[in-house]
Amino acid sequence: MPDTLDKKHTLNQEEILQPKMVTVEIEGKPFQVPAGITLIKALWYAGQDVIRGVGCLGGFCGACATYYRTKDDPKVKTCLACSMAVEDGMSFSFMPAFPARKATYNLLELKDPKQDLFALYPEAPLCRNCNACTEACPQNIDVREGVWKAVFGDFKTVSEMFMDCVMCGLCAPVCIADIAPNLVALYASRAQGVHFTEKPEGLSKRIEEISDGRFQQEWDRILKLSDEELQNTTASTT
Amino acid sequence: MELTEQRNLVHKTRDARRSISFPKLSPAERDSLIKKYHPDHRAHAYRPIIFGPNAGQLTVTEVATLLEGESPVPADLDLTPDYSVDVLVVGGGGAGCASALHAHAQGANVLLATKLRLGDSNSVMAQGGMQIAVASDDSPVQHFLDTLKGGHMKNDHQLLKVMVEEGPSIAKWLLELGVLFDRDADGNLHVKKGGGSSKARLLTCSDYTGLEIMRVLKDEVLNQKIPLLEFVAAVELLSDAKGACTGAVLKDLDNNRFIVVAAKTVIMATGGIGRLHIQGFPTSNHFGATGDALVLAYRLGVPLVQIDTFQYHPSGGVYPEQLVGALVTEGIRSEGGHLVNAKGERFVNELDTRDVVSSSIIRECEEGRGIRTPSGRVGVWLDTPLLDVEHGPGTLDKHFPAMVRQYERYQVDIRKDPVLIYPTLHYQNGGVKIDVNGETPVANLFVAGEASGGLHGRNRLMGNSLLDLMVFGKRTGILAAERAKSLPNSSLTLDHLKRFRAEAKRHQVSAGVISPMVLPAYTNK
Repeated sequence: MPDTLDKKHTLNQEEILQPKMVTVEIEGKPFQVPAGITLIKALWYAGQDVIRGVGCLGGFCGACATYYRTKDDPKVKTCLACSMAVEDGMSFSFMPAFPARKATYNLLELKDPKQDLFALYPEAPLCRNCNACTEACPQNIDVREGVWKAVFGDFKTVSEMFMDCVMCGLCAPVCIADIAPNLVALYASRAQGVHFTEKPEGLSKRIEEISDGRFQQEWDRILKLSDEELQNTTASTT
Repeated sequence: MELTEQRNLVHKTRDARRSISFPKLSPAERDSLIKKYHPDHRAHAYRPIIFGPNAGQLTVTEVATLLEGESPVPADLDLTPDYSVDVLVVGGGGAGCASALHAHAQGANVLLATKLRLGDSNSVMAQGGMQIAVASDDSPVQHFLDTLKGGHMKNDHQLLKVMVEEGPSIAKWLLELGVLFDRDADGNLHVKKGGGSSKARLLTCSDYTGLEIMRVLKDEVLNQKIPLLEFVAAVELLSDAKGACTGAVLKDLDNNRFIVVAAKTVIMATGGIGRLHIQGFPTSNHFGATGDALVLAYRLGVPLVQIDTFQYHPSGGVYPEQLVGALVTEGIRSEGGHLVNAKGERFVNELDTRDVVSSSIIRECEEGRGIRTPSGRVGVWLDTPLLDVEHGPGTLDKHFPAMVRQYERYQVDIRKDPVLIYPTLHYQNGGVKIDVNGETPVANLFVAGEASGGLHGRNRLMGNSLLDLMVFGKRTGILAAERAKSLPNSSLTLDHLKRFRAEAKRHQVSAGVISPMVLPAYTNK
């Protein structure tokens, strides 16, 4: 049984005990690390403390946005370091915090959010179609298309396209028009929710029912029950 | 047997398995299975806490050691405040963002400190959804009963009633901020079924519910220009002569300097304990889940409740190695995914509560019906391709894009092949004792979210965590802000720490452990 458990955190894992090692370059410096571990674990293995650059460790928070290159390939690609395995000859560096400008806004006060986009993010319509943002996205979102959809006011499609966006921001430094596409998409998605999505009737009804005390009788009944009676009761819905 | 061969058995037995249904266990059967196989019942992993508010009570060694640990703050630290605020919020996840936004909306002067970036948390990873009784055939009362049964009847009734009743108004608040929950054709909120719940009650944003909520809350914290300290951890609380909480000592992780904050009220929203790797388990938790609020509140004299019970989520990855411990969403089982052992058989009702499902997986593995990975780990299959068979091709792509992507990165196609899973340390069921407003027995100290205890009993139901964060984030935020208005500035002392140190000495505790842990020590030195 104990062999299913990490005995001492993550470093004492089987893949680390295996003798097969690979050479990687971390910020230009070569290290020998076990084959197959994630880029983050390679940093820990190499003795580097990482504070900026580690977040959820599950591919959802975008903290570990990373540039990497595989052996002999000139193409520099992007990834999330928690979700990418090292291979021999790989070279990688964390993306430094990028000072993209986020507009601030009060969504409820906006009168015409699709037009307001141009005041908040005047650079958005200046996209020159180079497609670098799409190529930089580790989530395979068609970012360039999303920027254009936002500019043309199709906020609904933007919100669907960017549901996968982890806000790593890798799309921003590559933009030659200084657009931060993830921030533009976030604005469009929130505006879609606030201004262009219908209010669910069932929810309003339920809130009313609660404030009108419709469940009071049921509460009075069940809060008097013993644990055993509670175990066997269900709430009346009539 | 090769993994490929083993995998083929899952494909071969799929059709036959579809006609079999497993009943949920009776309360008596659940109890005996859990006592035998659940990690909460491994006596050797537990020990009594030596001193402090919970002296003599059992918890896991990892937690006990930190609770009894030594504060990094020197007794003679200059307590001249660097910041003086109404409300200090510690933690930048769901509960922290919600409480900061609500306190700010009350007009309070708020400071939010978080040891990583704003939003780095477990909340952002919540895939399964958020339980709120909005459907017409459902009610808050039924939500209460389901949660109680899931929690083995050990939930605090008052806390739980507050949570289920405020659920619908939380959904409204999130919609007003622009959160895009999945909808039915008629515009109503779509609800999905979750383990341990008698009704479909999960609100979802595909399998990115936590991410969507956190993107919106973070953006709103920034829009509201709430002052923010990132990469700054709380390492000690401050108290006045009466023992009330009056602020905190923070530590800037970039330059290792202490920062003293005078605050009329403090809200701790620092999340759970996964990164303590209790009993050596891998974890689904984020990098900062080290139980800091437990330690800080304990040193200030606040008791903890149900600190002997933890949730081991049934489906943590075991293969490939890069995904060990990572969560495979319960949504797969909610939509009909089977758990399958090495003999190609199902062995539990997949929608039973998490503690039952985890215990049964551990039983299968301990009794030799697990599947061994090339690196020596053991797990059972989760039959993902079954979802496309049951509900039509494209189901996984449409409902579980995050998971498809997660496995694709390692050349595993979950549409074609099942995945191997084993329980992973997921959640702290208990935590700091709070009342219905999230206030602890120590005046002006509030705790919200996973760091608090009592609401979930001995097992949390899927989808109740996101709701917990939002409800108690809101309640603490509002009350802490209101309270701050009527409070005069009080003194800043480390008197409680002096008392704590004296007690440690009296009990001859000197393990040389500094706590809170703040971040796990993974670096190879």
